[in-house]
Amino acid sequence: MAEYRPPLRDIEFVLDHLVDLDELTQFDEYKHTDPDTMKGVLGEYARFVAEQIAPLNRIGDLQGSVHDPATNSVTTPEGFVAAYRRYVEAGWGAVPFDPNYGGGGFPWLMGIAMQELISSANLSFSMCPLLTQGAIDLLVHHGSEEQKEVYVRKMITGEWTGTMNLTEPQAGSDVGAVHTRAVKQEDGTYRITGTKIFITYGEHDLAENIVHLVLARTPDAPPGTKGISCFIVPKFLVNDDGSLGDRNDVQCVSIEHKMGIKASPTCVMSYGDNGGAVGYLIGEENQGMRYMFTMMNNARLSVGLEGLAIAERAYQDALEYAQERKQGRAIGAPPGEQSPIIEHPDVRRMLMTMKAYIEAMRAIIYMQAESIDFSLYHPDPEIREHRKFLVDLLTPIAKAWCTDTGIEVTSLAVQVYGGMGYIEESGVPQHYRDARITAIYEGTNGIQAIDLVGRKLPMQGGDVVTDFLAMIAMLDPALLRGGEDLVSIRSNLADALTTLADTTNWIMTHGTEDPRDALAGATPYLRMFSLVTAGWLMAKSALAAKRLLESGKGDEALLQSKIATARFFCEQILPQVQGLVAPVTAGADDLYAFGPELFSH
Amino acid sequence: MNIVVCVKQIPDPAEPGSLDPGTKTLKRATKLILDESDSYGVEMALQLADAAGGGEVTLVSMAPNNEVSGLRTALAMGAAKAILISDPALAGSDALGTAKVLAAAIKRVEGADLILTATESSDGYTGTVPEQLAELLDLPSVTFAKHIEVSDGVVKVQRQTEAGYDDVECPLPAVVSVTAGVVEPRYPSFKGIMAAKSKPVDQLTIADLGIDPSQVGWAGAGQEIVSVEQAPARESGEIFEDDGTGAEKIVAFLENLKVI
Ligand SMILES: Cc1cc2nc3c(=O)[nH]c(=O)nc-3n(C[C@H](O)[C@H](O)[C@H](O)COP(=O)(O)OP(=O)(O)OC[C@H]3O[C@@H](n4cnc5c(N)ncnc54)[C@H](O)[C@@H]3O)c2cc1C
Repeated sequence: MAEYRPPLRDIEFVLDHLVDLDELTQFDEYKHTDPDTMKGVLGEYARFVAEQIAPLNRIGDLQGSVHDPATNSVTTPEGFVAAYRRYVEAGWGAVPFDPNYGGGGFPWLMGIAMQELISSANLSFSMCPLLTQGAIDLLVHHGSEEQKEVYVRKMITGEWTGTMNLTEPQAGSDVGAVHTRAVKQEDGTYRITGTKIFITYGEHDLAENIVHLVLARTPDAPPGTKGISCFIVPKFLVNDDGSLGDRNDVQCVSIEHKMGIKASPTCVMSYGDNGGAVGYLIGEENQGMRYMFTMMNNARLSVGLEGLAIAERAYQDALEYAQERKQGRAIGAPPGEQSPIIEHPDVRRMLMTMKAYIEAMRAIIYMQAESIDFSLYHPDPEIREHRKFLVDLLTPIAKAWCTDTGIEVTSLAVQVYGGMGYIEESGVPQHYRDARITAIYEGTNGIQAIDLVGRKLPMQGGDVVTDFLAMIAMLDPALLRGGEDLVSIRSNLADALTTLADTTNWIMTHGTEDPRDALAGATPYLRMFSLVTAGWLMAKSALAAKRLLESGKGDEALLQSKIATARFFCEQILPQVQGLVAPVTAGADDLYAFGPELFSH
Repeated sequence: MNIVVCVKQIPDPAEPGSLDPGTKTLKRATKLILDESDSYGVEMALQLADAAGGGEVTLVSMAPNNEVSGLRTALAMGAAKAILISDPALAGSDALGTAKVLAAAIKRVEGADLILTATESSDGYTGTVPEQLAELLDLPSVTFAKHIEVSDGVVKVQRQTEAGYDDVECPLPAVVSVTAGVVEPRYPSFKGIMAAKSKPVDQLTIADLGIDPSQVGWAGAGQEIVSVEQAPARESGEIFEDDGTGAEKIVAFLENLKVI
């Protein structure tokens, strides 16, 4: 198990050459920042997480968080409390938030880069700040001024943490099915009763107060998603002077025993066992789902980022092991000596695949974050709108593909280790187990595929996706000018793009005729779409590296490796697109050829 | 109390370093970072200034290419300002040349009560600059401090020795070298990093310090790196079979190494 080393060179390559930090830091809202300051902050944060948070990853897995049924309290693993205190003291949680409530006012992109580091260092730990971030995001947009003053300030400092309470036993993917009840009182507050399950960091010992955001129904609410309201339910009620008052009627009655992220407590929350938990309505009644949607893109991007982050960590371990472990003699190696396994072509293939996937994921995630910033603050409203559509379109890609791929990369890391990869002491199985949840929460990847096909393709009558495909095609002339090095990248991207465009047409026409056909192909279609998006960004990356080489700037070895990795991706991974045409366009007939009862025969 | 801390900015030890075959010195093309050895002195200085109820911590650093990244880290920790001496003529400076430059810069800091250094840098390991500095400044020199207290113009130092520590006292101003690991350096906070952006870094050349180029750099170096060789590969260890006399063999082995 290698020590975590923040991949700052790779991150800076993306920040310098794939996104436009210079333009971003010209926006009025970001004028007080500049690329150098951002990198300076990132460098210090990297050191902090590598030295203070990463070493707690394994102990977190071994000890897990523990629930005490006598008190309904949860104790996090050794070291978590002190590490979180330091995180708060240093003010790291504030960086990307609104300066009006104590935030640092940095771009979301900056927050995402920081999040990559902490998620790689310790996925379980990182989820506490992450959930808090989601809750802040929702409150900043939809909370009242008073709610922001009382809750958001303390959450931005990290003194209080936040949770998102959607899931109930009968309401998972189908959020509209929530039963939790909210009854209005004469004083304008509500009393909340019901049970929520799977609530991340619903209870813990890291902070003095926990601000639960809870989806519930008022008695006369319309059924389904149209009747959901969103409430603030603090663990401790807050007095007028800001001090903590009575304990609210909400308890963590148990936590789950999980496959991975064991240090992150996944809580069953019981509201209102003693008459009702005090809840404060956010915005208006029945608008809860709409509010959720405003933070959804950000939250889904962050979970996609977890796929990248855990892949990077697993890759670092695998790379170190492949250089140390000696087995067999590589072709051309001197007789009588065992070679490091990195010299074997099959191990090389695994490492190269991991590296290429990681670079592609990072490009997708950081570009999405840049688009979020552009969609919020670019001075030109047309560009803002264009970028907002792009964010919407690519959110399921970032979430589902990066988490599926993250799992694949951690599985490859296990494989590189051979037998030791199956042994817990090596530390590698933890990455694989930890990664697995990312494809499930924050909307399963199946739901993401449905979102892409059912909601995102039809946006603006199909113009959004058409524009996006046209944008990819626009890279072609530059790739042509890039010369020899980029020839195969260019041709492979062009082929894959043509296939994606044709297949998209198929989906859009068949989708309206028989939605079941489109839904049947949704997951392979999402994969196809993602591979092309990734190929496009890898091509951009190669082009940037090529230009730098030509101008004699930058680290030559690094730049050559960027081009070679992009070429590997486009020549050897991107052509998978062709094999996906069949499952996307097969329609649903095969899947429904027989009924559920015959699956067992 | 005003404290000067001499800090070195070095190539990140986590990155694979390499030697320039021409000059036989470390390549410093990449971004430099604050030498970890110096972070203890910075922390110690901040704590002493705090304990004294006021005063400033000033950093002094000599580095190529006007490199400030490492200084920014120390400023973000809480130092008030920095002096950076950067000059092409300084390339190749030996320990004494470095001490001359640092001494000249320290003389510009008004009212410096205490000068802290590390015992040695983590990239060069010569470990002689602190004493040379004291000589050039004509100040008392105390080395290997593990604890420092200041009261009534006197600095009291616990000076680490092989067996424990000596209590040493001397009048201020003085030059004290701080042993690595004796305090826990704070991490810069986000606010600290932002504040460091606007802290003054006085960038000087040797002409500004009135130093003659022949005294420093390759020209002034009293030492020459004649050749550089690969460290010998680690030899395989000795294996003792425990046939009942294992403990004795281990004791004999350790005695032979003169560690017990
Ligand atoms: C560790 C962990 C942490 C979590 N943290 C939180 C949290 O903090 N807050 C919170 O509210 N929730 C949280 N969750 C809940 C999580 O978001 C849900 O588990 C997830 O949304 C899936 O819901 P479900 O478990 O009910 O699965 P189901 O919805 O039952 O899904 C089962 C399968 O059916 C598929 N499926 C379901 N509906 C459809 C459909 N319409 N079309 C096609 N396929 C469908 C799914 O893709 C999946 O493969 C967490 C869960 C876990 C395990």
